[in-house]
Amino acid sequence: MFSQFDFNVIERSWHYLFFTGMAFTLQLTLLAMSGGIVLGTLLALARLSSFRVLSMVAGAYVNFMRGIPLILVIFWFYFLVPYIGQWVTGADQPVRVGAFASCLITFILFEACYYCEIMRAGIQSIPRGQVAAGYALGLNYWQCMGNVVLPQAFRNMAPLLLTQTIVLFQDVSLVYVLSMPDFLGAASKVAQRDGRLVEMYLFVAVVYFVMSYALSSLVKRLESRIAIIR
Amino acid sequence: MNYKWNWGIFWADNPEGSGTFFSTLISGLGWTLGTALCAWTMALLLGTVVGVVRTMPKPWLVRLGNAYVELFRNIPLLVQMFLWFFVLPELLPVRWGDALKQMPNAPFFTAVVCLGCFTSVRIAEQVKAGIQSLPRGQAMAGTALGLTLPATYRYVLLPQAFRIILPPLTSEFLNIIKNTSVALTVGLMELTARTRAMQEYTFQVFEAFAAATVIYLLVNLVVVQGMRRLERRVAVPGLIAGSATGGH
Repeated sequence: MFSQFDFNVIERSWHYLFFTGMAFTLQLTLLAMSGGIVLGTLLALARLSSFRVLSMVAGAYVNFMRGIPLILVIFWFYFLVPYIGQWVTGADQPVRVGAFASCLITFILFEACYYCEIMRAGIQSIPRGQVAAGYALGLNYWQCMGNVVLPQAFRNMAPLLLTQTIVLFQDVSLVYVLSMPDFLGAASKVAQRDGRLVEMYLFVAVVYFVMSYALSSLVKRLESRIAIIR
Repeated sequence: MNYKWNWGIFWADNPEGSGTFFSTLISGLGWTLGTALCAWTMALLLGTVVGVVRTMPKPWLVRLGNAYVELFRNIPLLVQMFLWFFVLPELLPVRWGDALKQMPNAPFFTAVVCLGCFTSVRIAEQVKAGIQSLPRGQAMAGTALGLTLPATYRYVLLPQAFRIILPPLTSEFLNIIKNTSVALTVGLMELTARTRAMQEYTFQVFEAFAAATVIYLLVNLVVVQGMRRLERRVAVPGLIAGSATGGH
């Protein structure tokens, strides 16, 4: 069945695939995860804030972003970021933004909404008495959140945050629509150059499967370890 | 800003000569919804079967179900789309492969099968969770009444499980509508693809994307309202419905 296929193409291109493609994917995943969790936590705090306007704005932003497809958001920001840059810096031409930076901004702003919902659930799972105790000790809002509530929320939500990161890792493949050299994009470039679509796409699928499966098994182990401690 | 706004662009004739750009977008919406609905039907059937299989008292069946779930969950949707579209016809016997390649509307069928399988896995997880959230006594009572195993599932477990998982099913349905946009990579002319084509032809980037965004949000709103009404109609008195979870 595989006799007419040439799997040597992988041997010839693995350096490019991993050191350009996978490096791009992993970099984008890790940076977007860090940015997304920070922004998502701030959004969650805003959504739970007793300041009505703030919670409404944050809620509207999260629901808006969750309502549209990621591909559309990627296109939006690809064209929008130069104009935002121009507006921020006051230049008279749209600012030229690198493809990587544009993707990074997109993914941080998009994934923050999903991290926000996880963190909101995490914060809400902390007993009210914890907050009350913090205030009773004389902590202010930020001290109470930073030292009492958020550390516990992060701990409880770590498995979900990581699962969302696996989703993010897979979603990064969508930058293919901007012809970026992420792992899938790099593989597809080689595939089209050498006319080896079948071999390349199968290889990509196997690599993604192995990595995601390994990561989700790790998350499961983490989950059971946390469950025992509590 | 030196961007020239032109909201009248939607009423200009499209390059295919089949009407205005507005009608192009609407026909794109038609493809999006058509694909999503077909894929949803397939995902619901497959997902229910796999979900039920994973709650059966047969270990090998459970393992088979788990393998299916892991397979479709750990490969990105876009890669799966390419596997169905580019790889599958080459792996089949030549005659079948050629028939697949010459099929009219190939992107549509690819998208339906791909999204159907991709989403069935998520539905299977929820069906399983729904069945397992029921008290064990329900299945036992079914058996005690003399129902066979299939009849127990059909008349006792599934009707309750589906009511419990309606909220997460709603978000899966919203996801499948959004995920149809991935099919633009294999050439399905759905809403996002039409928007992109309109943007490339007219250079009115933000008008085109704004229109698509508004259409997606409206569809979301309609689906959420519809599902809320359905939830209220089928609610079992005395039960607290389960809560929705994310993912995309």
